[in-house]
Amino acid sequence: MKLFCIGISHHTANVETRERYAGGCSEDAFRTAARCSEALMLATCNRVEVYAATGQSVATEEVLRELQKCGAGEIENAGAFYHYDGEACVEHLFRVVAGLDSMVIGETEILGQVKKAYERARASGNAGPLLHRVFQRAFRVAKQVRSTTDITRGAVSVGSVAVELAGKIFGDLRERSVLILGAGETSERTARALSSRGVSDIRVSNRSFERAENLAVLVRGRAVTFDQWAAQCREIDILISSTSADEPLLTRELLAPMLRGRADRPLFIIDIAVPRDVAPEVNEMDGVYLYDIDSLQSIAEQSLAMRREQMAAAEKIITDHVADFATRFGGAASRVASLAPGALASES
Amino acid sequence: MVAVAHTVATLRDGVFRPRRFNFFAIVLGFVFQSAFLSVRGHALGRCPITNLFEVFIFLAWSVALIYLAIGPAYRLSLMGAFTAPLVLLIQTFALLAPIDIRHPVRLNVNPWLEFHASMSMIAYGAFALAGVAGVMYLVQERQLKTHQLHSIFYHLPPLTNLFSALTRLLWLGFALYTAGLVSGFFIGEPLPRVKMICAFAVWIFYGTILQSRHLHRLAPKRIAALCILAFSAAVSVLWAINFVSQNRPS
Repeated sequence: MKLFCIGISHHTANVETRERYAGGCSEDAFRTAARCSEALMLATCNRVEVYAATGQSVATEEVLRELQKCGAGEIENAGAFYHYDGEACVEHLFRVVAGLDSMVIGETEILGQVKKAYERARASGNAGPLLHRVFQRAFRVAKQVRSTTDITRGAVSVGSVAVELAGKIFGDLRERSVLILGAGETSERTARALSSRGVSDIRVSNRSFERAENLAVLVRGRAVTFDQWAAQCREIDILISSTSADEPLLTRELLAPMLRGRADRPLFIIDIAVPRDVAPEVNEMDGVYLYDIDSLQSIAEQSLAMRREQMAAAEKIITDHVADFATRFGGAASRVASLAPGALASES
Repeated sequence: MVAVAHTVATLRDGVFRPRRFNFFAIVLGFVFQSAFLSVRGHALGRCPITNLFEVFIFLAWSVALIYLAIGPAYRLSLMGAFTAPLVLLIQTFALLAPIDIRHPVRLNVNPWLEFHASMSMIAYGAFALAGVAGVMYLVQERQLKTHQLHSIFYHLPPLTNLFSALTRLLWLGFALYTAGLVSGFFIGEPLPRVKMICAFAVWIFYGTILQSRHLHRLAPKRIAALCILAFSAAVSVLWAINFVSQNRPS
């Protein structure tokens, strides 16, 4: 039995190409058409891949032809498809599941997606003993990579950086209150991210009260009139500002009296407006943590850089597991055939 | 020493995990400290705080005791990593400095004196841990202010959690220290004037910090800095007290 993988990903094809193959072919149909004993389709927004086991070598073109036959539509950009056999296939799967092949290195969503795909293939009888072994090992590898390296550490988008920083300032966010100043799209996304971490007291203020009310409905908050926003600063813990004002709205002089009496209550200000709504000197005040769009993006980039630094450690784990997998399932003469290059042996 | 080396190495390599390693390293150190104090206490026939060497070992033991009692309860990951160097520093100093001078005369046992000394030392342990929490707070606060987040940022607890732990440690230390101070009046013999003044100075210093905290007069960053300063001052005072009263050990 030989294991192989054929697919396209964000590395080799754009989204228009990828979406043409996503969900176009069922595992049953592909397995029958390509004469494979086992097959698993993995379709996410970043990749469409087929993992399959067969008794004979299968050329990429042949698989693509079968994909075409079973409903994936006209195969175009055949050069965008990659083909891995045996050990290379195992290594590729381990890298995918560990998030090393993802667009955002170290993202963990892929693990859930692969688990779902595996469960579906197992339930339908398309995943047999070989895919079972390799996928179970892949899940172990992903767990080990996550628990022993910092590859998943740090937020990598503006919204998630803001939430992570809020968590590092306040700990539990459930009792915290947020004021959104300016009903922009990024503000909305950040507020939603905070809401998902338990923030329930969200207030929205905008020059147009109607827009404030609309956003308040979306984030399950309440609208306050624009002339009241400064007064709200005495009560809130997090301020998300994104107005289109030409001059800073919040200055050191304006904020100083509001901070009296709240010495041990930090104020986290997320200024995503350009030009900025909050004067930079505000960050020098005790208990105030001001982040503008550049600093949030810079942290996201730092996190990504840190994840990249962790890739070597993650690759080492994967290499060890691939070697161990090959030894374990490639050496036993009684039940498993040898693991030749390009062909992963399995129980027959 | 093992805990310190492990933490430094894992943080440098970016693979630190808040496992129980530091906790168990400190537990092991605590067992050895307890064994030493027990042997020395049996030999002296009293609480082993008769010279500066024993005082520092007792202080290191108190720091470990308070950490073991409260560290896991507050789930302050990395606190062990910050506590271990402090314990190491105190013990290294005690072992290297020529301060283990046996008192020529066997001392009388006074239960009030023993209570006074041991309570004060355990209070110092709590103050030390408040200082440790203060260092952690300042490290985290600095990273958040400068927007430079290092690997340690992700392992340190949130600012508000650190500050509430620091406050509780201050209260614990202050309560124990007050109990020790009050018990000093029941010893039944006059205490050296310098010792009394120094002890009250420490009590007033910590009392002022707590009052500022309670009345929200100072920013948490300044309270954290004061905790470090106060503990440094308190240890210096401890040294001074023992130096002045070396002919009248506590």
